[in-house]
Amino acid sequence: MNDLTLPRPAETVAAPVAAAPRARRRSLAYLQAAPLGLVFLVFLVVPLLLTAVVSFWEYNEYAITPALTLQNYADLFDGCLSADLCTTIRTYLSTLKFVALTLAITLPLGFSIAYFLAFHVRSDTVRMGLFLLCTIPFWTSNVIRMISWIPLLGRNGLVNDTLRSLGLIRAPIEGLLYSDFAVVLAFVHLDTVFMIVPIFNSLARIDRSLIEAARDCGASGFQTLWNVVLPLTKPGIAIGSIFVVTLVMGDFVTVGMMGGQQIASVGKVIQVQMAYLQFPAAAANAVVLLAAVLLMILGLTRMIDLRREL
Amino acid sequence: MDRPRGFAFYGLAGIFCLYVLFLYGPTLTILTLSFQGPSGGLTFPMNGVSTHWFAKLWEGVGVVDIWAALRRSLMLGLVVMALTVTLAFYAGLAFRKGFAGAGLVFALAVSSLIVPSIVVSLGIGLEFRLLDDAVKALAEATGWGFLQDHGTFMGLFTSALGAHLTWTLPFGLLIMFAVFNRFSPAYEEAARDLGATGAQTLRHVVVPILAPALVGVALFGFTLSFDELARTSQAIGGRNTLPLELQGLTTTVTTPEIYALGTTTTAFSALVIGTALGLTVWLQRRRARRALAGLRP
Repeated sequence: MNDLTLPRPAETVAAPVAAAPRARRRSLAYLQAAPLGLVFLVFLVVPLLLTAVVSFWEYNEYAITPALTLQNYADLFDGCLSADLCTTIRTYLSTLKFVALTLAITLPLGFSIAYFLAFHVRSDTVRMGLFLLCTIPFWTSNVIRMISWIPLLGRNGLVNDTLRSLGLIRAPIEGLLYSDFAVVLAFVHLDTVFMIVPIFNSLARIDRSLIEAARDCGASGFQTLWNVVLPLTKPGIAIGSIFVVTLVMGDFVTVGMMGGQQIASVGKVIQVQMAYLQFPAAAANAVVLLAAVLLMILGLTRMIDLRREL
Repeated sequence: MDRPRGFAFYGLAGIFCLYVLFLYGPTLTILTLSFQGPSGGLTFPMNGVSTHWFAKLWEGVGVVDIWAALRRSLMLGLVVMALTVTLAFYAGLAFRKGFAGAGLVFALAVSSLIVPSIVVSLGIGLEFRLLDDAVKALAEATGWGFLQDHGTFMGLFTSALGAHLTWTLPFGLLIMFAVFNRFSPAYEEAARDLGATGAQTLRHVVVPILAPALVGVALFGFTLSFDELARTSQAIGGRNTLPLELQGLTTTVTTPEIYALGTTTTAFSALVIGTALGLTVWLQRRRARRALAGLRP
């Protein structure tokens, strides 16, 4: 069928007919995009603006009142210049530690898996199957995926029991569950897929002849990886990192559940303040968190043009 | 690329296998433990095999009406799914034609993804609280009867729906971009040349060709909404969705009932995804069959 190609309609014939409806098509485009734009306006732009406004309001136990005070921000950074830092800075440092650890694990892991799928799996069907295998757990509840660690990591869990029966340890290891370790483990468990997908997308677009060329020019496997593949994968790495940074920075569920409600995180502070109806304080916290996240992302987006990646 | 497989292949294959084990291991553990015998605890060993905990779950978990929460999550998920597919599809069409402000809308969609969920949730919560306060102030000032017993605008199909859409729509839009980038305009031109109106082209040409991708967007919309927790948390009002109830239960329920609940919700997600994937395959087969039938004289 392919060799029976129809001649392309000449542009000159189509142009006069298309000229009149073009204006209509333009206005139609506005109509088609409007609902989506409206949703973002009502549920993203306005809420964020209100958050910024309310962060300057005053509050007591009963009510919040419109004002223009910097008190909420002053409270937030109260005592930050002292030697043992303030709660806010310590909370941010703890959250940043989780970001760094999660990135340090998910990035090489995500890259290895994406590389394996893109370059080493030869059949498209197998690739699709394995890819689905990686994304299916993403479709079940995060809460369920987190409680799944309890029977494994608990004091009498599978890991401790196995180690004990092998005679490697006498007393159960206490810090497996409800610890920093558990939090990072859960982050890696939940977020690696956000690294795999964009990196895989970048790898899949690499022209294979570039790799052949590198090999023909005498590059070793590692040199090809480092000098050809890795630079071309930068956009995917950046997008994956942006996802991981936002997910970990704003998290309050994972840190709460896997940390046994003992580890502080910025998201959790906001949640607690909301529960106590201290909205202006929560809003000020949210503004600072947003600024911190945007700053980190700004650094990452310098590397890429997001629109071109799709 | 077809060279003999070397050390790198086996190393990476090993990493991949370990990752899959890491990914599925915990879920399989609670799947097994949810069939724990009546006297069994939260960890191994299994004290017999039974469906005891599923039966207990069926009777209800403490004071929480888990089935009502499931129904709420299901309804919300279906509404979010329908809106995500429709809005993302039309927005995709609009972006294809191009319009002034397209860059701004795209930037909004991306921001919606990267603003931390807790911030979005807090913002929407604040928005609705301020709206309620304004209505109450108005009621006091004017004395209008119909405003007097205003409770709150917050609810499943207002603030929670909005919160979910800020999460599902960007994904939907990005998928539509990827789909439209691979969609040849020649089909539409052909339809136009044959005299089809815009609506006819959409109905008989574009939608049928994109049907599998649209099912994919629907699937994404539903599952993202069904499991969404962070964005819902501050924007839901009184009645919780299933993930929120689940999170609450993890601290209070100390029996394998919680695993039974986990298994049930996972099975539920799997059922929805399986149905959608089945539908996609069926759509593609049907299209292929029709195309073949069309070729016969």
